[in-house]
Amino acid sequence: MRKFWIVTWCCVAGLLAVGSPHMTAAQGLEDHQYSSADIEAGSRLFANQCSLCHGPNGDLIAGIDLRHGVFRRSSSDDDIRRVITTGVAGAGMPAFGLQPAEVSTLIAFIRASFDLSSTVVKLGNPERGRALFEGKAGCASCHRVNGVGQRTAPDLSDIGAIRSPAAIQRSLVDPSSAMIPINRPVRLVTRDGKTYKGRRLNEDTFTVQIIDDQERLISLSKADLKEFELGKTSPMPAAASLSDEEQSDLIGYLLTLKGKL
Amino acid sequence: MLAACPNAHAQVTSDQILRASSAPRNWLTYNGNYNSQRYSTLNQITAANVSRLESKWVLQDQVLGAWQSNPLVVDGVMYVTERPNDLMAVDAKTGRVFWIYRWTPSPDARVCCGANNRGVAILGDTLYMGTLDAHLIAIDARSGHALWNIALADVKQAYSITMAPLVVKDKVIVGLGGGEFGIRGFIAGYDAKTGKEQWRFNAIPEPGEPGHETWAGDDWKHGGGSVWVTGSYDPALNLTYWGIGNPGPDWNPDQRPGDNLYSDSVVALDADTGKLAWHFQFTPHDGYDYDSVQVPVLADIPWKGVPTKVMMWANRNGFFYVLDRVTGKFLFGTPFVKVNWASGLDENGRPIQTPQATGMPTWPGNQGGTNWYPPAFSPRTGLFYFSAWENYASIYRREKAVYQAGQNYTGGGGPVLAPTPNAPTIGIGRRGPIDNWTDEVGNGAVMAMDPQTGKLRWKFTQFDVSDSGILTTASDLVFTGGREGYFYALDAKTGKMLWKASLGGQIVMAPITFQVDGEQYVSVISGHTLVTFGLRK
Repeated sequence: MRKFWIVTWCCVAGLLAVGSPHMTAAQGLEDHQYSSADIEAGSRLFANQCSLCHGPNGDLIAGIDLRHGVFRRSSSDDDIRRVITTGVAGAGMPAFGLQPAEVSTLIAFIRASFDLSSTVVKLGNPERGRALFEGKAGCASCHRVNGVGQRTAPDLSDIGAIRSPAAIQRSLVDPSSAMIPINRPVRLVTRDGKTYKGRRLNEDTFTVQIIDDQERLISLSKADLKEFELGKTSPMPAAASLSDEEQSDLIGYLLTLKGKL
Repeated sequence: MLAACPNAHAQVTSDQILRASSAPRNWLTYNGNYNSQRYSTLNQITAANVSRLESKWVLQDQVLGAWQSNPLVVDGVMYVTERPNDLMAVDAKTGRVFWIYRWTPSPDARVCCGANNRGVAILGDTLYMGTLDAHLIAIDARSGHALWNIALADVKQAYSITMAPLVVKDKVIVGLGGGEFGIRGFIAGYDAKTGKEQWRFNAIPEPGEPGHETWAGDDWKHGGGSVWVTGSYDPALNLTYWGIGNPGPDWNPDQRPGDNLYSDSVVALDADTGKLAWHFQFTPHDGYDYDSVQVPVLADIPWKGVPTKVMMWANRNGFFYVLDRVTGKFLFGTPFVKVNWASGLDENGRPIQTPQATGMPTWPGNQGGTNWYPPAFSPRTGLFYFSAWENYASIYRREKAVYQAGQNYTGGGGPVLAPTPNAPTIGIGRRGPIDNWTDEVGNGAVMAMDPQTGKLRWKFTQFDVSDSGILTTASDLVFTGGREGYFYALDAKTGKMLWKASLGGQIVMAPITFQVDGEQYVSVISGHTLVTFGLRK
């Protein structure tokens, strides 16, 4: 038991040493510790050893989403290492006879959210970043964080847990090219003349679900629509008006949003 | 006489299986009968009354994971498996369970793609089930107890069985899986009474066997060639036809120079001896994991005016083929989805391969233009129906693979092409109720291919992809589903949707139809529920 706590503390201390002095221990900068070479090597090992059960996106086993840091029984890097090297007999996970350095590359890949382009992204001051989010950068006019802000754009309360720093930076710099397809803006006109504008939430062959510009959840049958316009351009403005330092402050803040609620 | 005693089982003779088409009240083999057309002459349910279909009963599976089982129905009793190796006998009229047999596979069992079981075979009063740990078990159809249980291959080498066996005459034919683990696949015929092996065909030929020359050095020892979908049988020719899976390692063909027979091939075997009569290879020297593990659909159709015994095949590699099933001669082939790994087929049906540059996408992607789920053929419409994945690509990557018993031996991998970096993509199964990959990664389509022209007569497009097989009937209905959980009845001639039910879970097998006490039923598995529909009175 005592040994376990020492290991954890060392882990946290390690994070503190590497991270920005303004970040607290809870806000892991795990991907900062790993080089792109580590992440790349980990991606290859993952494809060879892990993806057939865990899936290429790490989410084929119920309750586990490796890309987004959702584990059944791990939280620290050492927990992950232990699961890989000793397996979990009852759950069907075999023990893998890998070298410690190889396991490190797997951890790098997992912590980088499988993002091969996850190189070192500069993380600024989260306090300044929050001020920008709620003020000058205007994010709260569309986005919501921990209950504050609009619901028309995706809720960002857990964005730091589900996106890598590189992915967040991409969304700031070129929102349209970074837009996940499901989030595309829609304009729907029903046969009886009602128009709905909003963000797509879900779709299938016969129906589409959106949250509209008045934050209402709407489900419509495609048979009832005379127009169904799916936008390719994100309504989000690029962060070009922000300086590099302001961008890195904003990214630093967004990474603290781990959705603990 | 049988109608008066709804649950009296006649023994299922091999003769009855031969004549299965003329007793459509039953569903006696994985594909309904030996020609695998999945065409039923039951015509009580029609385009006019299909909107009166209602759920008559539901059976829920108690296990997590995709339910890919294809039930059998024999004289009012349904036999259906659930993961990993349970088998239930169910009253087909009410859905109530008579007995359940359970086999727990060894913890050493390794499978690439889910603890699936696609169903059983029946002969006499005995059911035959293959297991994840490569056993063949004979189970009494009335008592639900095992008669014998034989290991067909070494589970520690990652051999497995997920397919439904096929009974031909007095033998049970089984194919072995494990192509992602460096096995050497095979198909074997076992004595139905004792389980003793009667013949074996090696999907990857060893030195001395024809086809071995298409491998270099020792590559054949872990050549893959798994067989994981049930084949077909032509009694007049006494040939049994089987589709064979990818070579190993899956994505690094540089490690195995040569055509790599009989991977990605169809083989025609003598049903008594297992001897190879002919083969046709769809994808030589495959680097894309294009398992040719599809159901061989047999039909007698006019070909250029001459009555011809053909085999129709929509292949995972994106091409649709018509072969002469007597000789294996290539008659015709054409792409049914976007294809860029080959520029076309030569006059013998051999693809002219055009591998893409590293990092560039290949169409179709890893799961193929179509895959394992059963197609159907209607002798009335003359159309071949199957589920396809359109506009779906993968970016393949090659790595050197080192063989280790029981471990993955795939040699690379690569993501599905997505419109945005890190966007969600499509995997082997559907993960939840939100389709956040959207049709921009790929979409499903039920295709109605005219084998005479190679053109689609119609196409029914779906937003998400589909792993649903097809059933067609003499009322010119096509029944199928998809990952969204909708279950459809389409007009077999036009593809027009006549009826749908929202069942809520991915449909990953084909529906079946049967009759009990004069009433026709259609059963389909959606998610964790087996729903049986019948006409509302």
